[in-house]
Amino acid sequence: MTATKEPPALTPDITSRPIAERHRRSPFPVVDLYRSSVGKKWVMALTGVALMGFVFFHMVGNLKMYLGPVDFNHYAEFLRELLVPILPRTVALWLMRIGLIVAFVLHIHCAYGLTVINRKARPTKYQSPRDYVAVSWAARTMRWSGIIVGLFLLFHLADLTWGIHAVNSEFVRGEAYQNLAYSLDRWPVALLYIIGNLALGFHLYHGTWSLFQTVGSMSPRFNPRHNPIRRGFAAGFAILVAGVNISFPIMVLAGVVG
Amino acid sequence: MNLTLKVWRQEGPDAAGRFETYQANDVKDEMSFLEMLDNVNEALIEDGREPITFDSDCREGICGTCGLMINGQAHGPQKGTATCQLHMRKFTDGETIVIEPWRAAAFPVQKDLMVDRSALDAIIEAGGYISADTGAPRDANEILVPKPAADTAMDAAACIGCGACVAACPNGAGQLFTSAKLAHLNLLPQGQAERWKRTEDMVETMELFFGSCTNYGECQEACPKEIPIDFIALMNRDYLKSKIKNRKLIGQG
Repeated sequence: MTATKEPPALTPDITSRPIAERHRRSPFPVVDLYRSSVGKKWVMALTGVALMGFVFFHMVGNLKMYLGPVDFNHYAEFLRELLVPILPRTVALWLMRIGLIVAFVLHIHCAYGLTVINRKARPTKYQSPRDYVAVSWAARTMRWSGIIVGLFLLFHLADLTWGIHAVNSEFVRGEAYQNLAYSLDRWPVALLYIIGNLALGFHLYHGTWSLFQTVGSMSPRFNPRHNPIRRGFAAGFAILVAGVNISFPIMVLAGVVG
Repeated sequence: MNLTLKVWRQEGPDAAGRFETYQANDVKDEMSFLEMLDNVNEALIEDGREPITFDSDCREGICGTCGLMINGQAHGPQKGTATCQLHMRKFTDGETIVIEPWRAAAFPVQKDLMVDRSALDAIIEAGGYISADTGAPRDANEILVPKPAADTAMDAAACIGCGACVAACPNGAGQLFTSAKLAHLNLLPQGQAERWKRTEDMVETMELFFGSCTNYGECQEACPKEIPIDFIALMNRDYLKSKIKNRKLIGQG
């Protein structure tokens, strides 16, 4: 038995109609993987890990807000000076940003591709109401929480990175603390930050648990059934990141910082 | 007890279907769900009307032929039970029960509640077997199988191929079925020679018909054999590995 160039042909007994085209196998396994839903899930999981790392360190860095403007702005400058003089100023920051942009694009592209596959897999919906047993609210709303986080991210960038005048009229490049404090002191903006982070929390909860399943570390070979550790980790991570992030607008509005 | 049934009726694969309402009277607690439907059908036949078409065979929960969406749940409200083993004591007098066929692109409705599940056969044909077609049968005790591997493979082998996992999945995904069939052979010594080719072929055949896994876990709740989604995790690992190992096996890796 040798590996073949194509998956085996369907016999005439198979009367179900395929929803996808048969492809010759690519000489590059990554092409086959990206075509398959299982491979796309791997991409979702691995880019998800990268984005989780980002939101975690972003949250940790933001905690400098509680130390005051000097520490916060010093940290912002440190990010631009990262790996200087090995690399010129802001190059390390841009390399990380490029990595993040790639992870975002792949994550969203796979989510889109998987949604298209799933729509095709059930063209006729159930005509009577479904009674779901297991699925959590966070899992069912991944698509919507993801879209909310994506839109919030655009707003967040316009507000505090690009400093678009219509969004943040007092924006001064380099004055990270003052920009943030001004922005969060406007209650509609603070509300947007709270909503965006709530969506992020729910997205992280299902995503964090889910990625272990996708990369197979829940396999019966390595993991006893119904292991609560990963559920707990997912809940803890989501609450930590979303909770700390939500504390900033609340504290600014309450006048504790700013 | 007396029940009201809302049953999906559809003349053929291309006909438009609709729900029709029937009365099921004098239903006994100890009747199975299918016996209850048999009684309704007998009354329909006596009235000279077309009986409701549904799949059934062994009626003892081991063949995987029956399968109905009952009140929005695949195989009805009782966990770990096929439709034929679901008893009417689970329902109350005067209740309305909605009965619908499995819905998925891979499971076209043939008539009423009967669907074509040959897409599952396609996955089995792609590699759900071992090729041991030469020589005399070996002595059963000659092949040593570690006890945990034997137990886990047996859990996977419990799959009866009813398609409830696909029916229950909001994405119409066939991952639980495929992963159970893979794990059943991939965990045993006899399955090792073809492990990577089997994994690649079965997963890619599954991809032709079914949706993707979003880790909702509805499938393991619906499964009459309570097969856990842990096997999907194993399949995800094995599929990635197969892409590398299959090249190595032909000397290209």
